[in-house]
Amino acid sequence: MNIAARPSEELLRALHAFAADINRSIAFMEVCGTHTTSAFRCGLHSVMPKNVRLISGPGCPVCVTAQADIDELIDLGSRREITLCTYGDMLRVPGKHGSLEKARGDGANIEVVYSSLDAVRMAQTHPDRQVVFAAVGFETTAPATAAAICAAQELGLDNFTVLASHKLILPAMRALLSAADRPKIDGFLCPGHVSVIIGSDAYRCIVEEFNTPCVIGGFEPGLLLSSLLCLTEMIAAGRVALVNQYPQAVRPTGNAHAQALLQKVFETGNARWRGLGLIPQSGLFLRQDYARFNAAQRFNLKPVEDHEPAGCICGRVISGLALPPECKLFGRACTPVQPIGPCMVSSEGTCAAWFKYGPHRAKSHGVAPAQQLQEVLP
Amino acid sequence: MTIHKSALSSMSTSIQPPATFQRVVLGHGGGGLLTDVLINQLVLPRLGNPALTDLLDSGILDDGRLALTIDSYVVQPIFFPGGDIGRLAVSGTVNDLAVSGALPMGLALSMILAEGLPRQILERVLDSVAATAAEAGVRVITGDTKVVGRGQADGIYLTTAGVGKMEPSPQPHPARVQPGDVLIINGPIGEHGLAVMLAREMPEVQSVLRSDAAPLNGLIGQLRSCVPGVVFMRDPTRGGLAGVATDLAARTGYRIILEEMQIPIRPEARHAADMLGLDPLDIANEGKVLMAVRPAEAQAALNLIQSHPLGHQAAIIGHVSAEIDGLCVLRTEIGGQRIVQKPYGEQLPRIC
Repeated sequence: MNIAARPSEELLRALHAFAADINRSIAFMEVCGTHTTSAFRCGLHSVMPKNVRLISGPGCPVCVTAQADIDELIDLGSRREITLCTYGDMLRVPGKHGSLEKARGDGANIEVVYSSLDAVRMAQTHPDRQVVFAAVGFETTAPATAAAICAAQELGLDNFTVLASHKLILPAMRALLSAADRPKIDGFLCPGHVSVIIGSDAYRCIVEEFNTPCVIGGFEPGLLLSSLLCLTEMIAAGRVALVNQYPQAVRPTGNAHAQALLQKVFETGNARWRGLGLIPQSGLFLRQDYARFNAAQRFNLKPVEDHEPAGCICGRVISGLALPPECKLFGRACTPVQPIGPCMVSSEGTCAAWFKYGPHRAKSHGVAPAQQLQEVLP
Repeated sequence: MTIHKSALSSMSTSIQPPATFQRVVLGHGGGGLLTDVLINQLVLPRLGNPALTDLLDSGILDDGRLALTIDSYVVQPIFFPGGDIGRLAVSGTVNDLAVSGALPMGLALSMILAEGLPRQILERVLDSVAATAAEAGVRVITGDTKVVGRGQADGIYLTTAGVGKMEPSPQPHPARVQPGDVLIINGPIGEHGLAVMLAREMPEVQSVLRSDAAPLNGLIGQLRSCVPGVVFMRDPTRGGLAGVATDLAARTGYRIILEEMQIPIRPEARHAADMLGLDPLDIANEGKVLMAVRPAEAQAALNLIQSHPLGHQAAIIGHVSAEIDGLCVLRTEIGGQRIVQKPYGEQLPRIC
């Protein structure tokens, strides 16, 4: 039976029934910013069984970017000879010295683009400018960066480069599960979009090595619920498996074309993550053949030491170790308009979602939000 | 205003707009919390008077007989699917009068033009102003033209002011809203903001979405003459349905309940909003009105609105509940609920 086609009430009833059979608190982690936002937007947390929680992991591309990488980007974007093309989410992330938005206010050439190919077009139409594309994101956006580089090569552009901090989700999931300070994770809600590229089979190692259930889920509220039901059902039955609940988009082996493109342009290497530190083989770096498109090389960027903004716990939030309201800055010094940490900037950031959609079930998480907000929620 | 302020401060543990600011940012013009900050800190202390401080869509003059409103338009691009800056300028001002319970009598039109603007563009905009004014049955009776140097303005900015005669029936006002009142909207949300945003940021995307910009005085006039129980009206422009519903909750002090499943929205609009990472509730409309109607008259009001060309897809989308906490709560499609917050600042700059 297609579990996803069942109506929400039925899914919820089943979810609560299985949860009642489990005599402990369980936590599932979503590792996708779109899941974070959809869950908050549909009020998912307000209908979950008391002993089942959905916590956010390192799924928001902007949030996982190390502070040092953001500082490098702002340094580059502030140079007069450069036109920096970036996705909008990156614009307001604060670095050690201001943000790209502030740099733009001070006269830097910073353009918001919706596609990596817009940056290539910018380089084509502005041959007198050095155009740098700020490439962030997981396996979802990395193929587009690879495609842009191939396009720039075909066009023979010598004024287009990329400052890449693309990341891979699987090494981060492994790192979380192997950490000494390991968050409590009873199962993963695996990302829908990333899985379209890497395929459902990719998570088999997590299931087998770490004995942790993985369910790949879609984003509509009904699909979210059915994925959580599937995970809860597995825990209740003491079963550990990999289930693809999003077969309409995700194939077992993923998108071969995108994978080949990644393989052609990038090689994996150790990458630094906010909150998680250096994770082996978790980043995508330009291969030697494409070195001339590497902005760090072309503009002689000096390595910057990593640091976290004072008082900001974004690193703990994206590691599933803390909830946004546990941060002293949350909603006070740090808001979407005056953000301190990246999780408050990105529309997919956990702090931004908490801020926008209100504290949910905050009592059971051991934090004390505004009284009247608690009373509204069941 | 007192209720408004106390409701805001009671939520201050989760939302705190910056106490003060040194420079204006785009968000100060977004119609959200930041706009409130600017108005409360700078405008009201200097210019406050009973008519202004009520912060309605129009100021009321002459012992409640006249209404006056004004709005500026800086939309980019000037022409977008479903409308243009001229249609917007007439519709927006006519609608601000209509939702205040006034019959539009005349408009003033002020144009700021950038040096080098092609004559053809100005002609198209003025033709659109004329056509929309005719549609609304109102005339432009005065105006002004200024030209600034190349690069000192972006093409064309319009300002329209409107004066209207208040109808004898009681003015729609948040103070008249009671628990049990039913909330109705006249059609699908989010289309203006999305159509403009897509036209500007993703011109290569082919979308069926069109701006809903339209003068609503015909629909509203008809409704008010037949259904006396319409106690509140507001056009959810910048800040969207979320902005208007949260304002209503804060100003009345009652909890406003919205039913997600009942809120009309086209699938295309939902997908476009998802793609842009936006919540449809926050996105601007230019041909929509949210109204609160006494429950006994709600069905009659709905039938009447649905029989009007600008209200075919009207729906009852929520109600005013008796709880006094000034919050707006959305009941979601999976039976969950979440608090709706007033958008903070600007998500989509220059959409009107």
